[in-house]
Amino acid sequence: MKLIVAYIQPEKLNDVKQRLYRREVYKMSVTNALGCGQQRGYHEMYRGVDIEVNLLKKVRLEIAVNEDFVEPTIQAIIEGARTGNIGDGKIFVVDLAECIRIRTGERGKVAIG
Amino acid sequence: MRRMLAYSAAALAVVCGAAAVAADDGSAPSLTVTLDTLWVVVAAMLVFFMNLGFATVESGFARAKNCVNILSKNFIVFAVSSLGFLFLGWGLMFGDGNGFIGLKGLWFLTGADNSPATGDAYQGVYSAINWTGVPLLAKFFFQLVFCGTAATIVSGAVAERIKYLTFIVFSFAMAIYIYPIVGHWVWGGGWLAQLGFYDFAGSTVVHSVGGWAALIGAIILGPRIGKYGPDGKPRAIPGHNLSMATLGAFILWLGWFGFNPGSTMAANPSAIAHIMVTTNTAAAAAILSATATSWLLLGKPDLGMTINGCLAGLVAITAPCAYVSVASSLIIGLVAGVLVVLAVLFFDRLRIDDPVGALSVHLVNGVFGTLCVGLFAQKEIAEAVGGVAISGLFFGGARQFVVQLIGVAASAAFVVGVSFLTWLVLKLTLGVRVSAQEEIRGLDIGEHGMEAYSGFQIFITQ
Repeated sequence: MKLIVAYIQPEKLNDVKQRLYRREVYKMSVTNALGCGQQRGYHEMYRGVDIEVNLLKKVRLEIAVNEDFVEPTIQAIIEGARTGNIGDGKIFVVDLAECIRIRTGERGKVAIG
Repeated sequence: MRRMLAYSAAALAVVCGAAAVAADDGSAPSLTVTLDTLWVVVAAMLVFFMNLGFATVESGFARAKNCVNILSKNFIVFAVSSLGFLFLGWGLMFGDGNGFIGLKGLWFLTGADNSPATGDAYQGVYSAINWTGVPLLAKFFFQLVFCGTAATIVSGAVAERIKYLTFIVFSFAMAIYIYPIVGHWVWGGGWLAQLGFYDFAGSTVVHSVGGWAALIGAIILGPRIGKYGPDGKPRAIPGHNLSMATLGAFILWLGWFGFNPGSTMAANPSAIAHIMVTTNTAAAAAILSATATSWLLLGKPDLGMTINGCLAGLVAITAPCAYVSVASSLIIGLVAGVLVVLAVLFFDRLRIDDPVGALSVHLVNGVFGTLCVGLFAQKEIAEAVGGVAISGLFFGGARQFVVQLIGVAASAAFVVGVSFLTWLVLKLTLGVRVSAQEEIRGLDIGEHGMEAYSGFQIFITQ
């Protein structure tokens, strides 16, 4: 079991979702995130005073998958989120120790579903 | 020429006695002039307040990432209209001239004028508006807020993708020549007025003029990114704050009690009371019919449609408010509410993206309201309230309906043509649309470098 965490451009969420659906990955959590990587921030002005905005708006995707779904999920995210520009985001894959479905108490692979 | 006018006025004064010159000789203004002026400026203030209504309706119906941009546009559009209308708009609209444009007293209100003298006692170059006995600047301010309303209608339809500077320049065009020229035809003694075309408070002059210009703008800009799926079907792009939209709709409704009853430009008790009630009745009927239509057609009573229904009823009753009975205003409102819902769906199908429904409200119902004069006008009411004896088709006046149709067609042709040229020139010079990247991140950052809700977490995934 792996937990795939991806930070992507907010406006790419729809494309990523469509790519995931195409590969039969239907389950995910999405949260707003702020972050910075290689992409520099931008400048805002507030009543004449400069503000450097270093942390940019991103969307964080979390998808728990069984082993055979790891590659398809990664591919789907890349296909949906890549523009070729700095700021497209990153994908992290981490081992998942346990997964429990609250409704039934099922554990492990079955619980991921 | 001026000497002749002065001579004839002097002769008239002799004939009519001192009354005709009472307001002219520096003595204290009469009670009538005082009351009329008070009414006109209070009504103008209510119409001015509609700027806030438009700002909140439009920003509420748009996404959070474009909120600063829409609020800025609404602020600047009234400033631009104020100066544009002062500079040349007023002169083109109300100056004496030919049937198509005003030619006298064009710049900065500099023409001769002895307001508040009215009718035959009036000596000046703005004789088309000499029927109201208020000072020149009261007339100017009242007409100015109408010009501002016409210009601000464009803002909603082009929202979320137009370049800020392009919008500012187009607003000048609206205030300086697009609005005033049609205004001259109808309210400035031009050819439509001579033909017997009537538009009491501006369904055509204000709303459909703004609507036609907005339509061309929306077509030239094209739909927002994400409005249409790959299959070509329209997608919903929900507004970010329906509380703001509701606040704005109520402000506009309140403002309309200045817009329509104020267009008497005189504190005529029975007339302003009649118009107040026809205005409110149409709005109420349209709210109910728009809500019912969306409930039946779309499955749920959509608040966005309820709000647009209210505005649709108000736009539709704007032209006929002084010529129709209260019962007719109810029917007009009911039809307007249905029309607005169907129009929203219709424009979506046509791939004309109108984020706030400005076309469905102002254009469709502006045209409908203008035609309603030719359908529902009743001679006795029109004479007592609106000061003209006209009858609509349903009350034995087929000719009036034809005249209203001509007015609708002529103003459409002019505004479509001239605004198309203006948009085209802007497209070729400044450009009309922001870059795709800026549109996705939001015009607030791209155009203004600031956010409306700094410190809040808002999904900008659409």
